[in-house]
Amino acid sequence: MLSRESPTFSQNWGCSDMILAFIEHDRGVLSSTSLQMLTCARKAAQDIGASVHAVVIGGDAGEFRGFLGSHGVSHIYQVKHPSLDEYAPIAWARSVTQLMKAHTPSVVMAAATDRGNEILAWVAAIAGLPMAANCVELRSSASTVLRHRWGGSLLEEAVLHGQPRILTVALFAFEAVEAGDAPATTLEVVAPAVEEKDLRVRVVAREETSSAGVNLQTARVVIGGGRGVGSAEGFRVLEELAAMLGGAVGGSRVATNNGWRPHTVQVGLTGNRIAPELYIACGISGAIQHLVGCKAAKHILVINKDRDAPFFRRADYGVTGDLHEVIPALIAEIRRRQSSNKAS
Amino acid sequence: MNILVCVKRVPDTGPRMEVAAGGKTIETRNLGFTISPHEECAVEEAVLIIEKLGGSATVLTVGVADAEEQLRDCMAKGMDRGILIETDGDPLDAGQTASAIAQCIRSRKEKQPFDLILFGAESADSGNYQVGIRVAHDFDLPCVTGVKRMDTRQDRVIARRESGTGFEVYDVNLPAVLTVKEGLNLPRHPSLRGTMTARKKPIERIRPSGANAGLELLRLAVPATDQSGAEMLGEGKDAVPRIADVLAELGLL
Repeated sequence: MLSRESPTFSQNWGCSDMILAFIEHDRGVLSSTSLQMLTCARKAAQDIGASVHAVVIGGDAGEFRGFLGSHGVSHIYQVKHPSLDEYAPIAWARSVTQLMKAHTPSVVMAAATDRGNEILAWVAAIAGLPMAANCVELRSSASTVLRHRWGGSLLEEAVLHGQPRILTVALFAFEAVEAGDAPATTLEVVAPAVEEKDLRVRVVAREETSSAGVNLQTARVVIGGGRGVGSAEGFRVLEELAAMLGGAVGGSRVATNNGWRPHTVQVGLTGNRIAPELYIACGISGAIQHLVGCKAAKHILVINKDRDAPFFRRADYGVTGDLHEVIPALIAEIRRRQSSNKAS
Repeated sequence: MNILVCVKRVPDTGPRMEVAAGGKTIETRNLGFTISPHEECAVEEAVLIIEKLGGSATVLTVGVADAEEQLRDCMAKGMDRGILIETDGDPLDAGQTASAIAQCIRSRKEKQPFDLILFGAESADSGNYQVGIRVAHDFDLPCVTGVKRMDTRQDRVIARRESGTGFEVYDVNLPAVLTVKEGLNLPRHPSLRGTMTARKKPIERIRPSGANAGLELLRLAVPATDQSGAEMLGEGKDAVPRIADVLAELGLL
């Protein structure tokens, strides 16, 4: 059976007064989730008297220098290698472990995105260290963490062993705010050693499916449909309302598993996590698996025939009624207000 | 083609969770058990591949003796055999789970027992996002995570994962580890015949050894949520003017 001795993770990856933060970017744009993570990194750094260093792989980190500085980063490692411009998880992780070895951070962190989780899981596996995913609070130099389980329906308090502490920060757990006293930021270009076998896994092509327009992540309003919508055609009114409000349409697991909407727009534990200004949930009962996908929304309006639907307890606004009556009437009302605004 | 699919028995939770006495598990007295939607897709994909390319599919879980139920469910959907790495019920962390699985794979007689090892992208309950990657690292295998589409050939897999604006395409040689996400396929329901034959399919039971927890669970808690309830705007069409007012207040009109 499993031994019950106290854990030992004595790999000497050292410990300096530095927190190493993995920064994500796409075509010259810094990821907002990385900026959220930097708020957490800065808090932890203040607690232990450390500084925050960023690692940027590929792209041009010089473009982000001011931005990263204003979010508390004092030093940037720009990892440059011709084979690493396109995403290659194992080789990227290997370059982070090389930095870890050279600069002995006390904590290594990333945002808990697919990519952040993947890179740090590889870093942890390569270094033979544990990792805590989806953290929302760090205590005592991150030796104890509070992390999400079940997509945030449950909190786990756990001891994170090993040195450095390797962790990812749950999405929307921190707000991206600028530092009051931003340090001057230095930039250092580093060339990692890349082995051919670590490039076995890399992006060989990209297929862009959605145009630049609004999507679930950028829309200020998201309109979600569930069982109550009843069919693929039933989503037409939601589409129409979304178009009027400049919003995007999402679906519950019932809607995507029935093929009414593509799985790419599922909101929930096994789909997207969204954080719009307003989420309008139509005909969705409010199972935990759905709630974790939308709980970061600033406001939630629930429209449901069943007054006892659990979603009403988690919403800001509620309407009891059939969405197939309410939404068309709402569309007419908005049209009326918009035309009378124009007239006046 | 020999495929291994790793799944995890988890409670089928309702709208509210309760922490059980002891503080380290959730109360499951009135709950059924299942596996995560990601893992259901991994099982379905393995069965589809075997139907197309031939070979055999094994389902593995690390868990309590009762996890046989989840192995039988997967075998009812077409998996050929099961492996239960039986624990005493104390939750294992990602590192321990991965090393138990790696140890089991290493103990096989064949040198490279599996061409393809599938996981869910993350477990439904602990969401560590690591077990597949740690197993891949252990065997120095390529690993693609969060896969939403896959095209499996005899010697390689072309895998796609979502990037936010489309798909990233990966092309890896077998043997390989893939972690998959719901949406990969639509899992079938077991047939009556499948359920009957699943009872007779073999399950191998082994015990894990060694390994300490690197992420040591202290306690679980249900986060405080605002349960004050919604401000009701009315019933049916009568609520429409007030909905429009709310949209205007939020600056959305």
